[in-house]
Amino acid sequence: MSNKETTGAAETEKEYSTLNLGPTHPATHGIFQNVLKMDGEIIHDATPTIGYIHRAFEKLAERRPYAQITPLTDRMNYCSSPINNMGWHMTVEKLIRAEIPKRVDYLRVIVMELSRISDHIICNTIIGQDTGATTGFLYLFQWREHIYDIFEGICGARLTTNIGRIGGFDREWSQQVWDRIDAFLTGFPKALDEFNGLLERNRIFMDRTIKCGSISAERALAYSFTGPNLRAAGVDYDVRVASPYSSYQDFDFSIPIGTSGDTYDRFTVRQEEMRQSMSIIRQAIKNLPAGPCHADIPDFFLPPKQEVYNNMEALIYHFKIVMGETEVPAGEVYHCVEGGNGELGFYLISDGGRTPYRLHFRRPCFIYYQAYPEMIKGQMLSDAILTMSSMNVIAGELDA
Amino acid sequence: MILTRAAKVGARRIIMSKDTLDLVKGRIEEKFEGAIVQAELLYDFAVITLEADRTHAVLQFLKEDAELNFHFLTDLTGMQTADEKQLGVIYHLHNMPKNIRVRIKTFFDMSKPEIPTVTDLWEASNWMERETYDFYGVRFIGHPNLKRILNVDEMDIFPLRKEYPLEDQTREDKEDWNFGR
Repeated sequence: MSNKETTGAAETEKEYSTLNLGPTHPATHGIFQNVLKMDGEIIHDATPTIGYIHRAFEKLAERRPYAQITPLTDRMNYCSSPINNMGWHMTVEKLIRAEIPKRVDYLRVIVMELSRISDHIICNTIIGQDTGATTGFLYLFQWREHIYDIFEGICGARLTTNIGRIGGFDREWSQQVWDRIDAFLTGFPKALDEFNGLLERNRIFMDRTIKCGSISAERALAYSFTGPNLRAAGVDYDVRVASPYSSYQDFDFSIPIGTSGDTYDRFTVRQEEMRQSMSIIRQAIKNLPAGPCHADIPDFFLPPKQEVYNNMEALIYHFKIVMGETEVPAGEVYHCVEGGNGELGFYLISDGGRTPYRLHFRRPCFIYYQAYPEMIKGQMLSDAILTMSSMNVIAGELDA
Repeated sequence: MILTRAAKVGARRIIMSKDTLDLVKGRIEEKFEGAIVQAELLYDFAVITLEADRTHAVLQFLKEDAELNFHFLTDLTGMQTADEKQLGVIYHLHNMPKNIRVRIKTFFDMSKPEIPTVTDLWEASNWMERETYDFYGVRFIGHPNLKRILNVDEMDIFPLRKEYPLEDQTREDKEDWNFGR
């Protein structure tokens, strides 16, 4: 397929070829289609088509009780579902003005930082994979498995976790979970350093990624970039710092930023964020407060099974919660958390009914993916692949 | 290539939402008299509802004014009012240096769901407006490429409107009275 276009000044006829990249191409890591207008191997223009796995979560959420919406959030950014879950729990807690114990905050921080590490592992190893370095991908993925083992110990699920509940956690973490976290914190830094040594100062990797898919801070802000992609462009915006949630103000950590917003900077920013996340987890374990593992909100938090079987009141609460018959105040809240790839926001309008009146997810990659054509213009096809993997676009979140 | 900036949490100035509301409300009223329908504090957020036909001018002012400097469009989405007569568009704006946020809402009749686009102010609004059009049928006047984005092009309804219920209407086991309402 080809189309002709006349360039005005030179009066020469230029012919572009059209290339369909995707929807199901192994190098796109998800279902994305891009219709590329190619000048030889140089990309002249790109038209992304999205929506291939759209599941209408916002509509579904309007018919679901609050506790049943958590599994929907799992399926957005499925590389770091616990962050989505926690973000949703905190949104509802904000709506019902629940007091959350410090211990829950710290436990949540541990879970969220673990999933941030697993999210960054996927993204950074895939950058390596797309430059031809498969080793790091397979090597770090076993550490991602260890993180999933930790999640499994906490909630029983690995990928789509549905972790925790509105109000906290369903039970205290077992000793096995703490041992696994300990083993992870001992072993992972070494593996991360090895992976870092494989790529960060590797001449081939640097030549491939520096100046590949770069975006300036101004353009990134105009396109509402958030997360590591914005920080790579040199803006130190992090929701954890700007509007601290879940007691992030208690922790001491740094925000890594890049300078040129290219693939290499995005890579290095994520590498440093993983180290910072580990430091946050260590601080959380060290300063973990004592106390209950859930808030005192009987309208939302399922009572212990022992009481449900022996106590009429607990049984009623259990029934009401499971049937979605809880009293929710009318109101409207926006709550945002720092997801694996940017500011994940929940805009919730409640009219007092048993389901949200309107729920909108601010999905970071849906918003920044529209800058993709601008970022790859004038680049080679192989750079376009690399740019996409370094942007951490997750199909489930893109299409919601 | 990478430099780490120490950003001790809490070191940044966080202005209380009440002050934000007073500031933004005052500046808008000063410049655009009668443009504000309602200004309120909802939880931790300053919320301002504007007249639909003046929304674009006010948003431009909010973005370009040196003091307000709401340079970042966090979110744009649509909604429908409970009486199913009006559609609304909701903008979440953010001033990062001062770290203040504001929510701008605007409502208009469903018979003429039109509002000027803000793609001239924020590139990011392009897809978000397309999404809002896709789900609510809001026509953003001046949008460069207003077509469906997540749903199929052949779809002839706007699915997030309340007139299109999610469940199969022949089902009776999921009605509210089953749950005590």
